[in-house]
Amino acid sequence: MSFLFDSDTWQEIYGSIRKNKVRTSITIIGVLWGIFLLVVLLGAARGMENGFNKLFGNFATNSVFIFTGSTDTPFKGFQEGRRFRLNMNDIKVLKSEYEEEIKFLAPRNRTSNLIVHDFKSGNFQVSGDYPIIDKIQKKQLLYGRFLNNNDIVNASKVTVISEDMYKQLFDKDVMPIGEYIKINSINYKVIGVYSPSSRINIDGDTAFIPFSTYSRVYNTADKVDWMVITANEGTNIEQMESDVLLTLKGLHNVHPEDKRAFGSFNLGTQIAKFTGFLTGIQFLTWFVGIATLIAGVFAIGNILVITVKERTQEIGIRRALGATPKSIRQQIILESVFLTTIAGMLGIILGAFVLYIIDANFGQGPDAALVNPTVNIPIIMIAFVTLIVLGTLIGLIPAHMATVVRPIEALREE
Amino acid sequence: MIRIENLHKSYPMGKDALHVLKGINLHIKEGEFVSIMGSSGSGKSTLLNIVGLLDVHDEGEYYLNDQLIKDMNEKKAALLRNKFLGFVFQSFNLISYKTALENVALPLYYKGMSRKERLIVAMEYLDKVGLKAWANHLPNELSGGQKQRVAIARALVTKPKVVLADEPTGALDSTTSDSVMQLLKDINNEGMTVFVITHEEEVAEQTKRIVRLKDGLIISDKYTKASKAV
Repeated sequence: MSFLFDSDTWQEIYGSIRKNKVRTSITIIGVLWGIFLLVVLLGAARGMENGFNKLFGNFATNSVFIFTGSTDTPFKGFQEGRRFRLNMNDIKVLKSEYEEEIKFLAPRNRTSNLIVHDFKSGNFQVSGDYPIIDKIQKKQLLYGRFLNNNDIVNASKVTVISEDMYKQLFDKDVMPIGEYIKINSINYKVIGVYSPSSRINIDGDTAFIPFSTYSRVYNTADKVDWMVITANEGTNIEQMESDVLLTLKGLHNVHPEDKRAFGSFNLGTQIAKFTGFLTGIQFLTWFVGIATLIAGVFAIGNILVITVKERTQEIGIRRALGATPKSIRQQIILESVFLTTIAGMLGIILGAFVLYIIDANFGQGPDAALVNPTVNIPIIMIAFVTLIVLGTLIGLIPAHMATVVRPIEALREE
Repeated sequence: MIRIENLHKSYPMGKDALHVLKGINLHIKEGEFVSIMGSSGSGKSTLLNIVGLLDVHDEGEYYLNDQLIKDMNEKKAALLRNKFLGFVFQSFNLISYKTALENVALPLYYKGMSRKERLIVAMEYLDKVGLKAWANHLPNELSGGQKQRVAIARALVTKPKVVLADEPTGALDSTTSDSVMQLLKDINNEGMTVFVITHEEEVAEQTKRIVRLKDGLIISDKYTKASKAV
């Protein structure tokens, strides 16, 4: 390998490359394009993935929502079409029966009311909640605090409102904390303002009030509208979902096969669909990128083959002057490797630059389409090394062609 | 230096074979200045190619510097060419993107000499052919005669045993032809074996021995006046 460190070898390569500027640049563009596409596609796919992750962002993705409907099968003397509601007893039973599987369980009640502050008003959702809901979907608080256990125990008339509600109901520069707003003609003290931080949001603009307060004010007793269950890590969430539903059916005298009595929405499986889609995109990216790379390498091989044909006479002269087949072969392979290396590096730099531009233009802000489009350095290194190896292998073809030509035939070319 | 016995060579032409050399016997001693004469198709170029190890013969024996040339692989042939032979071609065959100096230095590169050293040696030989001032010019900036002199410098730079010249004046006018021939004569006077192929009588007459070839056979082999003069 000592020829690699011989300045003469490089002098020769520099000479032949400098002479053939056009073909050299075309060759370089071929491979550059391949690795450029690979980098940009991988980066874009990553950006898309990051975008999705940001979308689901602060939501515990292994969550199930459960609500009730009306039965579709008569059971235990009840007719079909019976309506019923979840209650606090269900919550207690589920908590004790699924102690291992359930991480958080939040019963919720919800309604919609006119909310008034001074002369401003608006219609918003009102949700009776336990503080645990903050664990399931993290609320980003701009001012104050979220509901706590004391609020539940005391059934305090306090509320946490959204940023938009704050803007609609309050004058500019008025500190909302400690102010009172009227929900359904009852005064509530504002204790916090949150910003809906992710785009996928099950609550929208909601005024959160303590669950116990809600029960009293709206006279719902121990009824529950719906619940959110977050599973522990490692729990099969689909299995848990069907088990929980079966338990609830037992508690409410619903036929086990009843399909309409309970509704549920499994966030985990929905997200799995997105993730599958992302995997598909990534596979496509790799496929297209690598195929383009290979095409680029073949372009190098092709151009080198033409070059060898073009330079038959030169090769003949060199051989008449004492060049061994080995030295000719070395030179051509080295040229191939050198070109692929330069092209690869330029492609990576250009790709990174384009990703930088994408990031600057589409990667920032809350509505970013491609968040942080990046490519792993090890992946790029692997692609780069593969490129060089392919460059060497493809260089073998023209190199072999150059040496099987007999010097006399090479010299005869005019 | 060169000893050829009963040399045969034929080229396959479709189904038939074109028999070019039909039994050549030739013995060239060290320091000779030999020209091979013959019309086109007489086999003179084929003979030179075989002598120059650029082609292989079919039958007979060829000794170069008392070494039997047989079953040459390309690597061995390349080494022998580099060590014993210097080539001068009709069409000069300089590498177009290298300067005169680099062209002359190229055989030394294949010999494994360092760049610095070989540029010094190459410059010495360029000076010898009177082209020191043109060292950094590309071939297309030189006249035909100058190109051929660069080619001769390149042939000599490895201090070969034999210089093989294939129609060295074929592409030159008579004045430059004379200067190139004079150069070859000077080289020969320094003791170098020179082997010229030509179809021009004037060129052949300036050598010391003329071998005439016709249809693949030697028809005459004579020493010239020039040889007696020495």
